Amino acid sequence: MTSTPMTARRIRNGLKIPLMLAPALGLVVVLFGGGILVGLGQSLGYFPAIGLNEFTFSNYTTVLTDRNFLISLWLTFRIAAVTTVLSSVLAIAFTLVLREKFAGSKITTFLFQVPLPVPHLVAASGIILLITQSGLIARIATAVGLMDTPADFPALVFDKGGVAIILTFLWKEVPFVGLVILAILQSVGPQYEEQARTLGANARQRFRHVLLPLIMPGVMSTSIIIFAFTFANYEIPLLLGVRFPSTLPVVAFREYQDPDLALRPQAMAISIVLAVVAILLLIAYRRLARSAVK
Amino acid sequence: MTTEPEKRTGLVPRWARWTAVTSIVVFVVVPISTLVVWSFAFRWNFPNILPTEWGLRAWSYTASDSSRVLEGLWNSTRLALLVTGMAIVVGLPASRALGQHEFRGKSTVEWLLMMPIIVPALVATMGIHQIFIRLRLTETLFGVALVHLIPAIPYFVLVMASVFANYGTALEETARTLGANRYRVFRYVTLPAISSGLLVASMFTFLISWGQYVTTLLIGGGTFVTLPLVLFPFLSGGNNSTAAAISLVFVAPAIVVLVLTSRQLSRDSALMGGFGKL
Repeated sequence: MTSTPMTARRIRNGLKIPLMLAPALGLVVVLFGGGILVGLGQSLGYFPAIGLNEFTFSNYTTVLTDRNFLISLWLTFRIAAVTTVLSSVLAIAFTLVLREKFAGSKITTFLFQVPLPVPHLVAASGIILLITQSGLIARIATAVGLMDTPADFPALVFDKGGVAIILTFLWKEVPFVGLVILAILQSVGPQYEEQARTLGANARQRFRHVLLPLIMPGVMSTSIIIFAFTFANYEIPLLLGVRFPSTLPVVAFREYQDPDLALRPQAMAISIVLAVVAILLLIAYRRLARSAVK
Repeated sequence: MTTEPEKRTGLVPRWARWTAVTSIVVFVVVPISTLVVWSFAFRWNFPNILPTEWGLRAWSYTASDSSRVLEGLWNSTRLALLVTGMAIVVGLPASRALGQHEFRGKSTVEWLLMMPIIVPALVATMGIHQIFIRLRLTETLFGVALVHLIPAIPYFVLVMASVFANYGTALEETARTLGANRYRVFRYVTLPAISSGLLVASMFTFLISWGQYVTTLLIGGGTFVTLPLVLFPFLSGGNNSTAAAISLVFVAPAIVVLVLTSRQLSRDSALMGGFGKL
């Protein structure tokens, strides 16, 4: 008789953690996973709404042999890669300055954080007003005699290289990486650097052999988040990029919203390829970064 | 204040500090003040550095019904509040499990929960769109909120798991030993300990929903209009004054959040440190 409440308690304790995890896991697995499954099905030819239910790879072969797809994939990759690398490097540089105490360091740290909560579209809005051919920078350049007409200013917005897109992402992501690094440095404290200093390490050696190994795991994590985000972002390249070549999310969404429903399976195939490429790149990156850290 | 010489751990020379501080000031202050000036500009042709005529036209248009800004503001606000509430209910238990307990399969669970910020969400959003059409959840507040919750949950859990991991369970056990029931332990011990972290996580969840564009466009079907959806056509249409005014309305809660949380963000290493442990 005494064993029954004991068993009940053990079962309750055993269920405790699964129950705590269930709502969040359920949401991600059922909703997010379910959405991916529907998309995967459609990309493979299961689309009963328009009378398709035969398994086929044709959407993938169509997409993968399309030259325009490869151009868009390359553009998407380049924007995401440049943003990720530059935001990590810039953030490390800024945090080296911001972790020190100096006159005005508090207000500077505050200003550094400002872009973090600002919506991406507002960032894009500010960038547009600054760097279009009739933007503030062009006006200042004209006032000091560097140029005469808007056409003299390089086309940074709506250009094929995606300069404005990258600038907008950088404006948003540098503070994000920077704050993560600052948090790591704060939790570690200065003792390792002091020891290295006592042992005679100069500034470059302390940076290379003490500081960098401490912050690299954090930079790796934020790089993954930033790459995945910029790789899949839709509205910023739509707003600041050219119509051709567009980034893959823009292409996929354009086809998805086409009144011709027959284009939907292709839109799904593009999005699946985008996701697979992102995952493969991130796995490769993790492997590489881990072995580099070791 | 005591014996610490200023350059104790310093690695950077003076010119580098000066460059960094100047670029932070320029890159943050200039874009935002340009937005403010444009919103009050009536006429500002190239190559004038300042508007030649000032006016409130953009602001009065922003406040009018035809701009749909107020409708978007109302929808964005209640949507973001709903998403935040749902994130707390759904995410808090999971954060606690991950922050304070060791169990089999933990790293799998962590990776699963992080999926929405690692796997490009486009295909999932499109798939969900078609599921929601069948469930009649498209063009509804709840349907859009559910989809916003997907990118919000990983961030909320990352931050809160880190907060839970940083505070021990000893006090809770003491309270329980002293006879406090479950509710009282949570209300008087746990909640005060995590409240500042919870506030920050909630505000960032609010902002994730606040900034969503493509998910709202797709699931809201164009009839459920939020601020970013209202802003976009003005940005792409090149109407600088109106775009600037709406941008300023759109950025307002971000500024409030920043003022409330900036001290914690740079001081409490648990908050941002969570993002470094992916």
